[in-house]
Amino acid sequence: MRTRRAVTDRLFWGFCFLAFALIAAPSVSMLISVAHQAAPAVGWSLFSQTTKGIGIQNAILGTLLLLLGVLIVAGTIGVAAGVYLAEFASGRSEKVLRFFSEVLAGMPSIVIGYIGYITLVVQFHWGYSLLAAVIALSVLVMPYIVKTTEVALRQVPSVLREGAAGLGMPRYSTLGRILVPTALPAITSGLIVALAISTGELAPLLFTAGFSDHNPRLQLFHQQVPYLTNVIFTDLALPGKRPHATSAAAALVSLVILIVLIVAGRIVAGRARRNTARMSL
Amino acid sequence: MASVLEERREPAVAPSLSARSRRRSELTGPDRALGAALTVAGLIPTLALAFLAYQMVKEAYPAIIFNGWHFFTSKTFTIGNLYAPIQHKRGYAAPHGASYGVLPLLVGTLLSSVFALILAVPVSVAGAILLVEKLPQRIQGTLGIFLELLAGIPSVVFGLWGVYTFGPLLSRTVYKWVDSLGIPWLSGHTGAGEGLATASVVLAVMIIPIIASITRELVRSVPTVAKEGAVALGLTPSETVRYVTIPYVRTGIIAAAVLGWARALGETIAVLIISGNALNIYPHSIFAPFSTMAATIAAFLDSALTDPTGMAVHALAQVGLVLLAVTILTNFGGRLLTRRFADQALPVGRGV
Repeated sequence: MRTRRAVTDRLFWGFCFLAFALIAAPSVSMLISVAHQAAPAVGWSLFSQTTKGIGIQNAILGTLLLLLGVLIVAGTIGVAAGVYLAEFASGRSEKVLRFFSEVLAGMPSIVIGYIGYITLVVQFHWGYSLLAAVIALSVLVMPYIVKTTEVALRQVPSVLREGAAGLGMPRYSTLGRILVPTALPAITSGLIVALAISTGELAPLLFTAGFSDHNPRLQLFHQQVPYLTNVIFTDLALPGKRPHATSAAAALVSLVILIVLIVAGRIVAGRARRNTARMSL
Repeated sequence: MASVLEERREPAVAPSLSARSRRRSELTGPDRALGAALTVAGLIPTLALAFLAYQMVKEAYPAIIFNGWHFFTSKTFTIGNLYAPIQHKRGYAAPHGASYGVLPLLVGTLLSSVFALILAVPVSVAGAILLVEKLPQRIQGTLGIFLELLAGIPSVVFGLWGVYTFGPLLSRTVYKWVDSLGIPWLSGHTGAGEGLATASVVLAVMIIPIIASITRELVRSVPTVAKEGAVALGLTPSETVRYVTIPYVRTGIIAAAVLGWARALGETIAVLIISGNALNIYPHSIFAPFSTMAATIAAFLDSALTDPTGMAVHALAQVGLVLLAVTILTNFGGRLLTRRFADQALPVGRGV
């Protein structure tokens, strides 16, 4: 009897190890296959030339520009909405707003792209443009930012709020001096996740950003924006070895951006954990 | 008389009134301005959702009228012959031969996402349990990077990997073997690995990080006291997981699975690359090419814009509306399930 239980135990953990290997293997395999395919295209020319030549400089700059736009639009609104849900809203309105924000999180990205195209690009006559692309991406990632901000603020011990109220601090300075600084690392790691998602998205951008072989300009309307995921997708359909390598190189660059964001997120999240540990004493 | 009434009513009303006015007087000017600004921000996600839903219905409306029930009974999706005379039906015009049927796309979306879910849930839960319960803290953090990496990899890269590396590998090995078993619907021409099976496996890989990372946090939140109790009763580690950890986190796993399901339903580009883009047929075997609603919208939008009557674009909006409805229904279903299981999920007793 005892041995049977021991065997079951072994089998169970063996299955768990297998499962974890199945989780780890794809990401390793993907990194290797992308790096292998990208190898012929990697070089200085990748960063010094645009897609008109043999580089992807314009796409890299475009992606960074889109990330900046998302940070400004979705970052501001998302954090403010999260603060509202955690600190100001109450009762029924809080529940309703949170529910709709969660529904928005489940919105298929192609639906956002489609509506972005029909309304922003066509009806509003913005054309394929930076603003249309940034708004489409922002709608996609805003719910994540709202959620992480709300959770971050809820984790701030209520002792701090009570202490501030006891000292007679008005709510805006309680928020600005105590709650937000304490929750800032956790909020930032939420923002980083949102940026990571934005880096990898193609569906909402396909019909809002367009593409161009020139470097992106700081123009909100009527100026198409090149970006990395588009290069990955379209160059793959082109004939020849060179475009395939360029496509893989664009994938490699977006993976590098992703890894940088993940590492930044980890550092910030580590600080957040230390912060809350210190506060809860 | 009136004054007496006033006096009698006052005690009942006064406390709440004074409490409210006191709270208001506590707020300074900047407080009120900040509150107003944050309220506006808090409304924006909801307004964005309302705008999206309104535009979707408005865009789809002509197609809803034009198609009628045909939309849900036909299996043919074609934008028609753009060079032939235009046909009119129920007050709307569409190219000759145009037919918009969502059924194969709906079937493809549901099949691929459900297969993905069936594959992903056990793997994610087992992996997360291993990560938290068995591995030392130091390695936990490092290995957790795999989850974040998988979660952030662009779906185009998943698509390329599926079509060039993973699909062919599966086709050469696993699919050959499954095919040789000769089970109906599980055997057929395996091809180069494009199709329903590969798409489901890749979708599973895409939703694993969502389910696994939530499960990881849940497993971490299981109180140590309960686990110590199990160990003290002589349970083996696997029995502890089965009788203590799993019941404790079951509700959360359902919620995580629903989140993953929503991602699988709406995934566009990866499926577009891997599915083989079969139109107007149901997958006749698990290896057969197919298509989903999201992938079809992305694939068709360019050509739909060439339709002079505009009906093709409206029909795609209707497809998007169905996709949206399915996503929201799964969301609601998940909520109901978690509520139903919420009472049963506490055999350990919270706050022990």
